[in-house]
Amino acid sequence: MQRKKECVAMLLAGGQGSRLYALTNNIAKPAVPFGAKYRIIDFPLSNCINSGIDTVGVLTQYQPLMLNEYIGNGQPWDLDRNFGGVHILSPYQKKAKSAWYEGTANAIYQNLNFIKMYNPEYVLILSGDHIYKMDYSKMLRAHIDTGADCTIAAIEVPLKEASRFGILNTNPDGSIYEFEEKPKQPKSTLASMGVYIFTAEKMYAYLEADDNDPESSKDFGKNVLPAMLNAGERMFAYRFEGYWKDVGTISSLWEANMDLLGEEPAFDVADSHWKIHSRNPLAPPEYLGEHAVLKNSMVALGCEIYGTVENSVLSSNVVVEEGAVVKDAVIMSGTVVKSGASVRYSIVDEDVVIGEGASIGEDKAAAKGIAVLGKNISVGKNASVAAGNIVDKNIAEGEEA
Amino acid sequence: MAAVGVIFSNIHDENIPELSHQRTMGSLPFGGRYRLIDFSLSNLVNSGVSTVGIITKNNYQSLMDHLGSGKDWDLARKTGGLILLPPFGNFDSEGLYKSRLEALKGITGFLNRRNEDYVILCDCDGVYRMDYSDVVDYHIANQADITLVCHNEEIENSSSYTVVKTDESGRIIDMKSSEKVRGNGMFYSNVMVIGRVFLLSLINDAVVRGYKSFHDDILMKRFRSLKMYAYEFSGYHATIDSLASYFKHNMELLDKSIRDELFGARDIYTKVRDSAPSKYGDSSVVKNSLISDGCTVEGTVENSILFRGVKVGKGTVIRNSIVMQDTVIGDNVSMDYVITDKNVVIRDRRVLAGCDIQPYFLSKGTMI
Repeated sequence: MQRKKECVAMLLAGGQGSRLYALTNNIAKPAVPFGAKYRIIDFPLSNCINSGIDTVGVLTQYQPLMLNEYIGNGQPWDLDRNFGGVHILSPYQKKAKSAWYEGTANAIYQNLNFIKMYNPEYVLILSGDHIYKMDYSKMLRAHIDTGADCTIAAIEVPLKEASRFGILNTNPDGSIYEFEEKPKQPKSTLASMGVYIFTAEKMYAYLEADDNDPESSKDFGKNVLPAMLNAGERMFAYRFEGYWKDVGTISSLWEANMDLLGEEPAFDVADSHWKIHSRNPLAPPEYLGEHAVLKNSMVALGCEIYGTVENSVLSSNVVVEEGAVVKDAVIMSGTVVKSGASVRYSIVDEDVVIGEGASIGEDKAAAKGIAVLGKNISVGKNASVAAGNIVDKNIAEGEEA
Repeated sequence: MAAVGVIFSNIHDENIPELSHQRTMGSLPFGGRYRLIDFSLSNLVNSGVSTVGIITKNNYQSLMDHLGSGKDWDLARKTGGLILLPPFGNFDSEGLYKSRLEALKGITGFLNRRNEDYVILCDCDGVYRMDYSDVVDYHIANQADITLVCHNEEIENSSSYTVVKTDESGRIIDMKSSEKVRGNGMFYSNVMVIGRVFLLSLINDAVVRGYKSFHDDILMKRFRSLKMYAYEFSGYHATIDSLASYFKHNMELLDKSIRDELFGARDIYTKVRDSAPSKYGDSSVVKNSLISDGCTVEGTVENSILFRGVKVGKGTVIRNSIVMQDTVIGDNVSMDYVITDKNVVIRDRRVLAGCDIQPYFLSKGTMI
């Protein structure tokens, strides 16, 4: 008898994330650090394991090295399994023709043989650029109960943002009668979260058909879902209520980090009923010095803080020297803020050295945007980076960027 | 490296009855997120040892829970890796082992099956970072039978330690109990390198002769006839042998130079708990303290060490204290020189105080 899995998850992690600019120069968007110790991909992976889904294909294409290294054998998410587990799926050479992944649907199509190894009844499609906690098993239950061919997770969004999303227009029973990808005049505010469950056989058939269509851009939202709807397949929306954030832009990434702060945070990563698993930093506890001031912040292991940190999220091994001020900032691991320097309303990538007296960004109230420093750069003594600027090169002493 | 590691997890339990009541010495929490065994185990791994046997005796559930398969130390291996050596009962044994020699007798099977040339024997009452491969190299260069790792220290309390004297080459010419010595000396730090086959022959010989103690009947009696060398370790070395020394050495981690030496160059591994990063509230004031992951701090913490998952309420002031894993401290509490074991709950407005040589101790799961 062939062994099988009820549901296999396919996580689309190949996107470049070009709207994160310097933060994704060398890594794929799902590998971007988030929330002091996590990377974005920890959220869908943790959701999978917490929902009882132990077979996950991660489709990578753009700058996959960091992501491959991070996921490894999947052990941090309990996804190292004899049958199933997490697998990295990069584009590969085939007998007939070899190609990069051309769109979300094509990426899945090229890996149908992976899915079929597990002979699943259902396939869950996920994207690797959202921060949320979701029990996919409830959605799968709804998919089975409604007898749907495809179920799309959906969330209410503000009307003014609705035209950024795929919008679902539904009947009272939740069935979808219209699907509009990024409509100029949205008819509803129910947005697709990019999380789909397909009955496997239906998906195989529509992906085959889509691949044979030369006009198709091979995208789920633009091609496959409309094709299914036009053919009269049973498609349902699954309403998700809770925190869900697309962190594809500098400002949304900053906001999502800030949503972790406060006594009643908008998004709680310390939820013992829904643990977010990750590869853990190997570092001693954080040390706070004699003159450290720390308000409303989240700090990871290995940090050494001698200065002032307010409303900020600091990843592991960040050093804030005496007299330095970090305010409304997200600082990734290994960065050093030297004495007298200030970092305000900014995102600073890993292993950046900010020289003595340097000034990054401006006070949030006055700033025209978030200042961003790319990985591994050094900012010279008394140099400055203006609010809203994105820098991925070294800045010399005293220079203004 | 051609050496196998053996760790004695229970050997000094009686020194700290407060903390080892429900656990082995090896699973004693230390330094915010570690257990004592993490130091010797990480040292072995960082020295290139890939097979480590861990001798247990009693109360070792917490240790097994901590070690798991050994994956967090990179010791979940097909060949070698982490091997737990629980007490091994057989017809001629009279219950649990009572001495190091009996413990070693119980693992002759393990030692026989290995093919490494040397054995590194360590206890887990020490906090230090050492590259044992240097000791093995020293052992080989001297063609020694046994090499004892020693460190120069003044030990003032009454605990029994072994003090060695060496000639210029490092060969041991005298060994004494510390009770007869005052002031500084070269203390044996319970880490030893010995040839594996030679160790097996010593154990067999000791069984035949009915010896009781590895230390008294072998080391102390035969240091003249055997080629025994002392390897002097000059780095930071803390011996945890009482509640007061436990307190003192934890607090030494607030010193940056000691912290850098212990944690700086190579990683000290420990069990991963997937805790969220620590959060500090609007009213938090934290000075000269080590805070581990998963903590929520709303009050004041000074000169203290908080382990993982500790909650500190508003208006609470904690000074000079060690607060272990998952302790929940309410609002407006005052604590000075207090050690709380795991899962302690301290209700609002409680006032607790001890002093530096006698910290006030709350045992595991206490609610006040």
